Amino acid sequence: MTPSPLRSAAIVIGLSIQEGIRRRVFLAVLVLTVAFLVLYGLGAHFAFKGADAFAEGETKILDPHAFTGATMFGLAMFATLFLGAVLAVFLTLGVVRGDAETGLLQPVVVRPIGRTTLLVARFAGAALLSGAYVILVYLAALGITDAAGGWSPDHLVGPALALALGVAIIAALSLLASIVLSVTAQGIVVFMVFGAGLTAGLLAQIGHAINSDSLHEIGRIASWALPFEGLYAAGLHALISETSGLTGVVLQLGPFGGSEAAGPELVAWAFLYLAAVLSIAAVVFSRRDL
Amino acid sequence: MPGPALAIAGLRKNYRQQQALGGVDLEVAPGEIVGLLGPNGAGKSTLTKVACGLVRPSAGRVEVLGRRPGSPQARGELGYLAELFRFPSWCSADELLQLHQRLAGSEGGAAERAELLRLVQLDDVASRRIGEMSKGMQQRLGLAQALVGSPKLLLLDEPTSALDPVGRRIVRGLLEELRGREVAILLNSHLLSEVELVCDRVAIIARGFLIRSGAPEELAGPARVEVETATGIRVFEGAGREETPRIVAELVAAGEEIYHVEVHHSSLEEVYLEAVGGQTG
Repeated sequence: MTPSPLRSAAIVIGLSIQEGIRRRVFLAVLVLTVAFLVLYGLGAHFAFKGADAFAEGETKILDPHAFTGATMFGLAMFATLFLGAVLAVFLTLGVVRGDAETGLLQPVVVRPIGRTTLLVARFAGAALLSGAYVILVYLAALGITDAAGGWSPDHLVGPALALALGVAIIAALSLLASIVLSVTAQGIVVFMVFGAGLTAGLLAQIGHAINSDSLHEIGRIASWALPFEGLYAAGLHALISETSGLTGVVLQLGPFGGSEAAGPELVAWAFLYLAAVLSIAAVVFSRRDL
Repeated sequence: MPGPALAIAGLRKNYRQQQALGGVDLEVAPGEIVGLLGPNGAGKSTLTKVACGLVRPSAGRVEVLGRRPGSPQARGELGYLAELFRFPSWCSADELLQLHQRLAGSEGGAAERAELLRLVQLDDVASRRIGEMSKGMQQRLGLAQALVGSPKLLLLDEPTSALDPVGRRIVRGLLEELRGREVAILLNSHLLSEVELVCDRVAIIARGFLIRSGAPEELAGPARVEVETATGIRVFEGAGREETPRIVAELVAAGEEIYHVEVHHSSLEEVYLEAVGGQTG
């Protein structure tokens, strides 16, 4: 009896997870993540220690504790997004054209699973794993920051979900690229798109700081064209959205400030964008000769 | 009477400006083994891939057990082994078959896997990782994988290219067993002797066109009788063993002295070479 699309998708997701475990991908990721978190913990410890020192005897117009905590955790957010993006790209690397060229894809595609189900399952596997990964790293960094300096962000849940949705979008873009590009070209293109998104976000930050409408507009457009950047910036904004006074202003102007809040429009757009990328990928894949 | 397992009519396929198939007609009946021969680049793999739904035809009609190729129903009824294939190196032979059982919706369970591994004589390495298997073992495993779910149509693209003579004999035995189970098989191969031994019918394809088709013994039928007489060698084209006594009697009656008689059969190889005009890809 031909399995249902849902069951077929579950089989492929299970296969992706099994492959990750058996090929020790997760072990490598775990080791490197632990290394990052240890480094971050050391950094946070010394940063808070230094913050206490630079605040001594100063007029406290700037809250050094909040400033240090938010800046360090903003850095952790950036690193988490980067690591999550790397994982999303590697989980989708060469899954269509690359696997077709080596003959790994055809034995699966000729089964009753169907190309769209296969593609959606590969996306779901990559998005679930990289999404769960960024949430776990986010929580670990949160715990470390709290332990090192007793600081926690103004909003806990929103930034974590923004990161998870952001890496899901990167996984979808990478999957689309895997249909038309060779493995090397796919990796290069997706990381360049990722870098372009972050650069555009920084431009928007600079535009906000120097009150340049043009730069701000460029950043805004980039956030909509590449919503993972918009979500990341919104996540950063949510970390300090309740922080008032000069500390809040200075943090918002900094590289890990995030000048834009995530309205419901951005979140809705991110889901629409995801659906559009996957739909295009499904159409392109269905027309591709293997 | 059931319809053909594979029906192809006027099949054309162009890859951009390159014509791979120029209008091929071919049928494979249930329980029939058809050998598809042709030089490299003749279009054999493309034809097989169209039947699997891996490649979209440019024109023509293709039906797999009466269904559109690539439809879930058609894919549920066929088994396929590609010329170029790879399986996840990290999983074992048994795990691979288990995965394909689940994808195919087969309810054969462990008994089916054990039977398939026995058929390709890999039952003693069921738990060995594929990455640790020889290419020949992987090819036999590929055959077992293609047989998961008891397909009614088997599409095999060069299934013995990596096998040694013993491995080829195993596969021959397997194909004959499958014929007994009414499985239709389309076999792409460059090994003419193998095709001659196992196939009910042979189709020769060159430059995207089907140029010869028929039973091996029809194609490789008797070609000529050569008779050495006192006046020289007389050649009787198209004559075979059955005609030899009559030819000799007529020559003797005509006063010829006969020194030597030879019946020449054209082998499938000769037929093939003649058909493709020495072309190679």
